[in-house]
Amino acid sequence: MDYVKLINCMRCGMCLPHCPTYKETFLETASPRGRVALVRKVQEGELDQSERLLEYLSLCLDCQACASACPCGVNAGELVAEFTCERKGAQGLGFMEDMILRQLVPHPDRLESSMVPMRAYQKTGLQKLVRKLGILKMFPKPLERMEGLLPELPKRPLRQEIREITPAVGKERGTVGFFLGCVMSLIFSEASRATIQLLSSLGYRVITPKNQVCCGAPNMLGGDLEGLKSEARTNIDIFSGYDVDFIVTDCGGCGAELKKYGHHFEDDGKAAAFSAKVRDISQLLAMHSDELQAMLKPLDLQVTYHDPCHIAHCQGIRSQPRQLLKLIPGLQYRELAEADACCGSAGTYNIAKPEMSDRILQRKLDNIRASNAEVLVTSNPGCLLQLKKGLADQLPEVKLMHLTELLAKSLAG
Amino acid sequence: MEQSFINELKNIVGEQYTLAARESLAVYGYDSTPELESLPGVVLLPGSAGEVAQIMALCHGAGVNVTPRGSGTNLSGGSLSKGGVVVQTSRLNRLVEIDEENLTATVEPGLITSTLHREVEARGLFYPPDPGSMNISTMGGNVAENSGGLRGLKYGVTADYVMGLETVLANGDLLRTGGKVVKDVAGYSLNPLLVSSEGTLGFFTGITVKLIPKPQGKITMLAHFPALQDAALAVSAIIAAKVIPATLEFLDRVTIKCVEDYAHVGLPLDVDAVLLIEVDGHPAVIAEEAAAVAEICQKHRSSFFQTAKDADEALKLATARRTALSALARLKPTTILEDATVPRSCIAPMLQVIQAAAAKYNVTIGTFGHAGDGNLHPTCLTDERDQDEIKRAHAAFEEIFDAAIGMGGTITGEHGVGLAKKKYLPRLVGESGIRVMKGIKQAFDPKGILNPGKVF
Ligand SMILES: Cc1cc2nc3c(=O)[nH]c(=O)nc-3n(C[C@H](O)[C@H](O)[C@H](O)COP(=O)(O)OP(=O)(O)OC[C@H]3O[C@@H](n4cnc5c(N)ncnc54)[C@H](O)[C@@H]3O)c2cc1C
Ligand code: SF4
Ligand code: SF4
Repeated sequence: MDYVKLINCMRCGMCLPHCPTYKETFLETASPRGRVALVRKVQEGELDQSERLLEYLSLCLDCQACASACPCGVNAGELVAEFTCERKGAQGLGFMEDMILRQLVPHPDRLESSMVPMRAYQKTGLQKLVRKLGILKMFPKPLERMEGLLPELPKRPLRQEIREITPAVGKERGTVGFFLGCVMSLIFSEASRATIQLLSSLGYRVITPKNQVCCGAPNMLGGDLEGLKSEARTNIDIFSGYDVDFIVTDCGGCGAELKKYGHHFEDDGKAAAFSAKVRDISQLLAMHSDELQAMLKPLDLQVTYHDPCHIAHCQGIRSQPRQLLKLIPGLQYRELAEADACCGSAGTYNIAKPEMSDRILQRKLDNIRASNAEVLVTSNPGCLLQLKKGLADQLPEVKLMHLTELLAKSLAG
Repeated sequence: MEQSFINELKNIVGEQYTLAARESLAVYGYDSTPELESLPGVVLLPGSAGEVAQIMALCHGAGVNVTPRGSGTNLSGGSLSKGGVVVQTSRLNRLVEIDEENLTATVEPGLITSTLHREVEARGLFYPPDPGSMNISTMGGNVAENSGGLRGLKYGVTADYVMGLETVLANGDLLRTGGKVVKDVAGYSLNPLLVSSEGTLGFFTGITVKLIPKPQGKITMLAHFPALQDAALAVSAIIAAKVIPATLEFLDRVTIKCVEDYAHVGLPLDVDAVLLIEVDGHPAVIAEEAAAVAEICQKHRSSFFQTAKDADEALKLATARRTALSALARLKPTTILEDATVPRSCIAPMLQVIQAAAAKYNVTIGTFGHAGDGNLHPTCLTDERDQDEIKRAHAAFEEIFDAAIGMGGTITGEHGVGLAKKKYLPRLVGESGIRVMKGIKQAFDPKGILNPGKVF
């Protein structure tokens, strides 16, 4: 870990009011400034990596709201994640982690078949089967919680159904490679279908390589830097094999990770070129606002937008999704209070830290209620899972949609 | 700290709100002051004024030190404690009342400054003090430091708004001073004494502030100056022309670059200074004032003059200015900032002194601040690991302070003395000043348990 990054924090506290865990606790130990100080003190040998210290650090969502707020360029969330990753990396992967991160995640077909029992479970209601599912065993106790989060699964993952090449509608303006996120493909396939449709309607030929693998973000979370690099390498090689203008994703988490490939492999032109081509779907669509607007049909809806951390804080994308929603004729846009505050999903956080996750989600739901919106739009699978559950429990009248789903609906009229 | 004593404190605030583990204490051992750190013995988060009084009484009896703490953003080391009890106010954060008939607001000390702004502005009222840190600083901290802000020129500082205080004294007794009355000459004026007491005279548990009607409109302007001195002269000229803007803020070239790097608000990278100017009040009046300001800036060779096109752009500019201090830390890990303040007419010579000191000691100093108040923040960009440079930085500031005192100014306009500026206070107030201050401290806190070691 780079010590200078730690001492760059000048302790001004400007990040504190933006940190979800600080807002809930008002504890310095649960603040970005405090977390940087804790990591720094470990690095300086003043504090041990005690249970308590690790517990404090593990309350960080890695939402990076602090990084957006920090005028001096410190990223407390990333520093904590890096620290945790290095620590876990030094310990080596446990049996389960190896099983999941090395044997399952990098192999889309295995990942997909691991979901088969889940689908069967949903049909038959046999809870026993869920417990057999490897991925859930990582969290023996919170199993129930995880199970409750899973919405109804599509019949088949999108990756198996989608054509490798979707031609452009009308005159072709270019080619994009579509990076299909694992969770998007497995769970939110309708949204990704909409994404491809929008791209092709705007004149893009869309290539969805079937052999692409997970972006690697779960490996980073598990401290498996090597696994991350191996997946990154695979994806870079695959996409460099096609002549594409952009690499597009509709998953905020994947987008943030793909944009970092260039950093993972220093002085590697191919990796840098890959990352330079990556765009979140909202970035690409916003480039063609005028054409898009001409195609959209009215939707008489009150809509609000939740900024996924991976899009707003990690990629700095805030205006494009709003701009796109406002293109839809008849749509009344309502800005959400604290729109770019984390929803509490944060990877596996809502399983690992249920109590804090629930508090953060509650704040989000209260703001959604106050917005009076009928439709909540967001664009990251983690947020979709978390908010789907939250809305179902408390605001069943509010419909949740991925940005591209709503745009496709307006396209269809 | 003795475990048995910690247990007694725990009985007052509860286990959950008593932090005594090393890992917790470590993050209450700093505030925003560079170079200073010290570990407290225990941190308490009381939930009521009554609990604060009990803590004070217990500590008084045992002769244990107590240091009040808000959000820990002060810049003079005021909230640091060496082995004592830190009492943090985050749970005492209620907005107790907004009294629209008397135009007052009563708050608990842990309320965040900008939360008060939001609440009163929603009712068409206005609480002007707006320190750069307002989104995180507490009202208690603001009162204890007598914080200024970007609107100080026209509206004054925190002291100008404090009407009543509820203070727990060192021995746990409650002292009420002032209230909602606008006139009060009964005995000594204790409010002004308590304001800016830096936690050394008492612990505020209730604060009543004056509100004013919210100005109907405002115009925000940005003037570019290729030459630093021209910007400084424009400041004096604006004030001399009897225009009192709410805000008259100055940023030099180094600061502009850092702020623009972070905030991307379109600040110019090729000029030596900008002035951020805001006039507020009746629409007809501010239109005239804005025109006068524009004319003065042009006369002082401003190369470009911009008026914010809407409230959103105005807010972005003001928000960007608030990040100046932290943004300067982009360049170097350690930023030592000072707060020397001179009579407004001396802004131009003061800037010259700062530039000369930076050159003489070969250090990089970025300067920004409340130019209209004569309150500049020369900020030295350095690295705590380079002890030689740190020494030179302090030597440069020593000269800047002496010059400020020479011009009839002060060593700190709004950040307080705390630990950081203790050394310079006798130079400013002299022996008799220190003697009187010590006498006051003795009267309030004869055992010397409240935030000891600060101020003098
Ligand atoms: C980026 C940045 C910008 C800033 N801009 C400005 C500015 O524009 N103008 C300005 O004046 N200051 C500014 N400051 C300094 C600082 O924010 C103010 O001094 C602020 O008032 C401190 O509030 P706090 O809640 O953080 O108090 P703390 O730092 O926690 O405490 C400050 C002092 O107040 C005492 N105290 C706190 N609460 C109480 C209480 N309830 N009773 C008695 N004593 C108490 C403490 O013991 C301590 O001595 C800035 C700081 C930063 C980091
Ligand atoms: S992380 Fe940034 S904003 Fe937060 S205290 Fe450190 S320097 Fe300030
Ligand atoms: S990443 Fe999020 S939770 Fe973690 S310190 Fe930053 S703002 Fe707080």
